[in-house]
Amino acid sequence: MKQESGVRSQESGNRGQGAVPNPQSLIPNTQSRKHSIIGASPQRIEGRAKVTGAATYVDDMQFGPNLLHGMIKHSPMAHAIIKRIDVSKAKALPGVRVVVTGEDFPGFTGLYLKDRRLFALDRVRYVGEAVAAVAADTPEIAQQALDLIEIEYEPLPGVFDPEFGASPAAPLVHPDLANYECVPFIFPQAGTNISNWFKVRKGDMDKGWAEADLIYEHKYRVPHVQHVPLETHVCVAQQDAGGGKITLWSSSQSPFAQRNLIAKALHISHSKLRVITPYVGGGFGSKAGLSIEGAAVALAMGAKGRPVKLRMTREEEFYTTFVRQGLVAHIKMGMTREGRITAMQNTFYWDGGASTEYGTNITRAAGYSGTGPYYVPNIHVDSLCVYTNHPVGGAMRGFGMPEIHWGIEQHIDQMAEKLGLDPVQVRLINCLKDGDETLTGMTMHPTGLSQCIRKAAEAIGWTSPAPGSGRSPTGPNGGTIGRPAPAADSHKRRGKGLAAMWKAPAMPPNPGSSATVRMNEDGTATVSIGGVDIGQGALTAMAQLAAEGLGVKIEDVRVNTVDTDYSPYEWQTVASRLTWSMGNAVLQAAENARYQILKTVAEAWGEDINDLDIIDGEVISYRTEESRPLRDLVIYGLQRPDGTWIGGPVVGQGKFMPEYVTPLDPQTGQGPRAVVHFTTGCQAVEVEVDAETGEVQVLKIVSAYDVGRAINPDMVRTQMEGGAVQGMSTALLEGIILQSGVPKNPNFTDYRIATSVDAPPELESIIVEVPQDDGPFGARGIGEHPMVPTAPAIANAVYNAVGVRIDSMPITSEKVWAALHR
Amino acid sequence: MNHSIHFTVNGERYDISVPAHHTLLQVLREQLVLTGTKNGCEAGECGACAVLIQWPGGARPEPVNSCMVLAPEADGAEIITIEGLAHDDQLDPLQEAFIATGATQCGFCTPGILVNARALLDRNPDPTDTEIREALVGNLCRCTGYVRIIDAVKLAARAGKEVGR
Repeated sequence: MKQESGVRSQESGNRGQGAVPNPQSLIPNTQSRKHSIIGASPQRIEGRAKVTGAATYVDDMQFGPNLLHGMIKHSPMAHAIIKRIDVSKAKALPGVRVVVTGEDFPGFTGLYLKDRRLFALDRVRYVGEAVAAVAADTPEIAQQALDLIEIEYEPLPGVFDPEFGASPAAPLVHPDLANYECVPFIFPQAGTNISNWFKVRKGDMDKGWAEADLIYEHKYRVPHVQHVPLETHVCVAQQDAGGGKITLWSSSQSPFAQRNLIAKALHISHSKLRVITPYVGGGFGSKAGLSIEGAAVALAMGAKGRPVKLRMTREEEFYTTFVRQGLVAHIKMGMTREGRITAMQNTFYWDGGASTEYGTNITRAAGYSGTGPYYVPNIHVDSLCVYTNHPVGGAMRGFGMPEIHWGIEQHIDQMAEKLGLDPVQVRLINCLKDGDETLTGMTMHPTGLSQCIRKAAEAIGWTSPAPGSGRSPTGPNGGTIGRPAPAADSHKRRGKGLAAMWKAPAMPPNPGSSATVRMNEDGTATVSIGGVDIGQGALTAMAQLAAEGLGVKIEDVRVNTVDTDYSPYEWQTVASRLTWSMGNAVLQAAENARYQILKTVAEAWGEDINDLDIIDGEVISYRTEESRPLRDLVIYGLQRPDGTWIGGPVVGQGKFMPEYVTPLDPQTGQGPRAVVHFTTGCQAVEVEVDAETGEVQVLKIVSAYDVGRAINPDMVRTQMEGGAVQGMSTALLEGIILQSGVPKNPNFTDYRIATSVDAPPELESIIVEVPQDDGPFGARGIGEHPMVPTAPAIANAVYNAVGVRIDSMPITSEKVWAALHR
Repeated sequence: MNHSIHFTVNGERYDISVPAHHTLLQVLREQLVLTGTKNGCEAGECGACAVLIQWPGGARPEPVNSCMVLAPEADGAEIITIEGLAHDDQLDPLQEAFIATGATQCGFCTPGILVNARALLDRNPDPTDTEIREALVGNLCRCTGYVRIIDAVKLAARAGKEVGR
């Protein structure tokens, strides 16, 4: 194995600089004790509320007849100067209580780059941008008021393609880019539309190309897609009369980040803003950061104490909050005839839309993951975040990874075919192994990626050709697997394909989690967290960790939804980071509560703390075999032999923040530790393609992921299943059609998502567990990953079935048919 | 213009005045504060607002998207919403099955799917996979990938057979 510029391990488990210590623990470590709830699959703790209709979402909350109805006036223009706004007629309409425009709130906001206003001020940059907002007594009056707002626009030439947008010929979408505030790891290019440029320069490209037996270059496209949570964005804001405290009830993945962004944008104290998030009807990234909530608060500030509700219609949801960014990817790869990758030169042009306050970090994540999950000695990656006059790109499940893997994973298959190699073997040769150096110079931690590839291939019935046969199984009609094949005269063709993936939590280096575990009089525990259960099962996973750490039954643990006035801090519910990061905080809080309890008992009973334990809500002594239920002591304490008392209400606390992520060199992208860790995996699919119509049906998806440790294996599988079908849906059906910036299909008839009849007949989920050194019980995240490789796996299977390669998502019947008849 | 109508919802009789342009969904959620029925698109395309409605003279309750029914049209109807699926704290076998199989994630589509699945099992107590998929094609779910939902309906069908429901 060559050791050019990077380090390739010999699979010896060399941890190098990547190793991190466990988070400090206050007591003998729960993780080394025998555990019963971790790795079990208790049912969802809020399941009953959700199946009875009792679960309360924001729009279900009751605010009484005083409630005002907010609506947003959107720009109909993709790019234009605002010449004049006249709101006088709207203000004069009876029943209209508040009208706000950009002039009322001129400041900038943004998560990573402050390039967004609550309302457009001098120019609009996309169709759907908020220009003004109204609050009125009824929705009907609010709608009338919107119609009465007069706006005069002067159209400007637009940018509707990221490659053009990155060129000097393009008009500037943000002429003031140079003056915008941003975090230190984002690199805007002044005087251009490039709001972030992430570079990787590693090894010697000339050498890499020279060593290759095959060099192949191809371009791949991914359209904008929408998250489609079934619950659209909705929030209610209210300010105590007289300019007092503001409360925001928000369907959000990020109550604390919203509080932070709004407080800063409006120059108010964080303690004067309270964000409450009840149940959330799906997010998939769209409800991360801030979108409509600032406008609701702005309206509430003029509403004299009345609450204002702002709820997006389904049409608004499609393009006025966040979308997934589009991508044009140029992939160039060199490979030896044995299948070893010698070099990769990848350029990603991200269609960031009119604001890239969030998207800049997606392009960064794409940059530091830009080779896919492979060891590559010579690397040149450019990930360019480009302003366009398209809807605003934001976080979406996978955070850039489904988009870049679409090209990389198809490219691997094409290279393998051209060289007559088995794509599974090519992936196994090149995939990152323990101790390998990643493209940014980080040492890869122990990972089950090879296992995932092998298991997924085996489960789909992959048959590798005999060595030296020269036949590639990825070629047309590579074969069928274990189900009845279509009749020979049928026009249906079967094929199978596979794709691997990696993804790190993409976030600032230091996002924090905290938690409390409070004991109640009856011996039950209340866990408070700042992360949100958006359907992924966080409440249940946290209940399991608290129950395990404390020594109580899961039925005796309650987990609160978020209220920033009472919940401890959590950065955001993103990056598949809650089980890992918030889980560490909850476990630590539970262990802290347990320590407080045992210390009290030890002192009251005159025992050594090491002889005591808590099992199923009872403190027991291994020495005396005495036991006492928690309800007797966790609030009132215990009486000592002399009649005095010890102890008192037990409140455990815990926190977690990674302390080891390092900056990367802006010119080379190199640094010791780019990210906290990578979750890796592989999907294999079988499809049936109708050669007469081009229609693709997915028959089976196998998902295999290394989750470190499955806290709740059944819920891990539900993430894999849901992600696989969402990935399949984007692969075959989805894409926002934008014509000169105008969305043409913002509804479920013209923008189809997978339904019950589209879902594959068979989904198989395989859990691989190579523990994460700093995860609770070894766990790492799995929320986003299951949709990352689905689309390229399907594309590879379609090629296998009918020999056509679809390089632009989605793989529609029309494209397949046209390619077959070319 | 308002209309005076009467209907029953989950067995309770209501005599109310409704604006002519309001949908049944609005009346259920806003006037009756039965918020278990969800608003997902207001265009009859997602199924989150599904309820069961037995029209005057109708043979049995049938599922409808309540956003596509104008409130005055519901005059004289008998309506069952998600809140009416359980009886005296006794969950419907479908509700039990959805919990047991993990068929709910964010939960927003769940009420509409449950009432639609109830209608399916009432007319076809032993549906095949294909029949279940076809019955639920109008109910979008973005979280689960549908497989657990189909499993849950099958499980409930088996449970229903065992208790002779």
